[in-house]
Amino acid sequence: MNRRTWITGLAASAAGMFAASCAKVSSAPTTLKMLHVAEKWSKTAQGAIIGRHALAPEFTEADISPDFRANGSIDPGDLDYKALLAGRFADWRLVVDGLVESPLSLSLADLRALPARTQITRHDCVEGWSSIGKWTGPRLSALLDQARLKPEAKFIVFHCLDTLDPNTTNPGMAKYYESIDLVDARHEQTILAYDMNGQPLAVPHGAPLRLRVERQLGYKQAKYIGRIEAVASLDHIGGGAGGFWEDRGYEWYAGI
Amino acid sequence: MAAEAVVAPPGAKVMVKRHRLSVRITHWINVIALALLLVSGLQIFNAHPALYWGKAASFANPWLSMTAERYGDKTFGTTFVGGLSFNTTGVLGASKEQGVLVERGFPAWATLPPYRSLTIGRRWHFFFAWVFAVNGLIYLATGLINRHLTREVLPRPKDLATVFKDPHLRLKFSKGPDSARYHQTQRIAYATMVFIVLPLVALTGMTMSPGLNAAFPFLLDIFGGRQSARSIHFICANLIVAFVLIHLLMVLLSEPINQIRAMITGKLAIQPETAP
Repeated sequence: MNRRTWITGLAASAAGMFAASCAKVSSAPTTLKMLHVAEKWSKTAQGAIIGRHALAPEFTEADISPDFRANGSIDPGDLDYKALLAGRFADWRLVVDGLVESPLSLSLADLRALPARTQITRHDCVEGWSSIGKWTGPRLSALLDQARLKPEAKFIVFHCLDTLDPNTTNPGMAKYYESIDLVDARHEQTILAYDMNGQPLAVPHGAPLRLRVERQLGYKQAKYIGRIEAVASLDHIGGGAGGFWEDRGYEWYAGI
Repeated sequence: MAAEAVVAPPGAKVMVKRHRLSVRITHWINVIALALLLVSGLQIFNAHPALYWGKAASFANPWLSMTAERYGDKTFGTTFVGGLSFNTTGVLGASKEQGVLVERGFPAWATLPPYRSLTIGRRWHFFFAWVFAVNGLIYLATGLINRHLTREVLPRPKDLATVFKDPHLRLKFSKGPDSARYHQTQRIAYATMVFIVLPLVALTGMTMSPGLNAAFPFLLDIFGGRQSARSIHFICANLIVAFVLIHLLMVLLSEPINQIRAMITGKLAIQPETAP
């Protein structure tokens, strides 16, 4: 072994060790926990700057994306979902329960009979792309008023019908779930959409009902909703972080 | 600064004040923040390695994209830029992860963490975005108060008029009192970074936040939509990398130890002008 190969080998192994330690340090639980404080800073700062009522930008018909992309579950394989789909969701019911005075069970016809809001908004995937679509449905606050939230309710949880992680050891983390606070739940643009671009919601986009919470990223826009639950704390939902992706490391506050 | 007043034997070097404390501290914090923002930013980019102009993505027409294509049992990395395509196998589009060629925008050695993890990339990026923003505001505030920005950085009309006479352009670096001040090209380069590129990278980053879009919708109008903001953010990151490479080259070509020491201790060693 001559000096040159020796030096090259040394440099290569030093680079390799550096890369390996980068990988280790950058993803160590303690490191990630420390970096997590920034989510609190962002949520607090944005909450103060944005305020309760500021609206997400709305667009025109001409801006609607012809190639609106669907992500996450796009064709749920769950047998109960497939049965509901086969019956064109005639047997589907939206359950609203948890910390409410009068739990609800609503059919699609019941939801379509409620006053609806239509909005053309931008959907921002956490991956970086955006698509623009037109959404129609009742405001979430109308349903919460009808069910009458108890004063101890702090979060609204969306339980979905699609299994996105069949391999998880925690059965509460297999199907999709999401949660928002009451500020976003009561926001004017927070609706339960049954129509997209003037047509009933297609399966890839969450038929028969999905959430639109327009000041946050795509993974908050829960699809295939079956049940809405009012809770005081997120500790007992899935892994405790408040959502399917939140339990897998993403931020609960997805305004950034 | 005050170098003329120093009397020293011929050939001897003297130490003169070069960089203020506030500049030195914010400089090194910026080095750490920008380095981590870059590598975590490339990790985030890799989640969707394509860029568009406008409000939304037109998936069929990115102006820049990195993809992997398979022909038979071979994988190729291809980079498309403005209608042209380049075979970038091994670096962009497809590169090796633990010895295997896989589809990824930027290679493992350029991203934090090296393996694919959007969540961890975002954690690092948004933490150091705060560090970068607060540090940058402190730099601007102290720089305005102590006149560092207006007196030492901002190019004067005569700097613009004489920019091509700057010996730095011919890679000639004085070791005399002249090296203890910013030259025309330095003023222009630093001012471009401080007043244009770095604010732009911060503002386009904020424009990608759906939350901040509700508070500052005019930012979307200024940059031409969220996807345009993402493109400008990426271009700014490239400009910062280009600036840093030239900046480091200049340090290496002049007096690297003297220069780096000056950015740490504040004192630069110079050769006083010999008396005629």
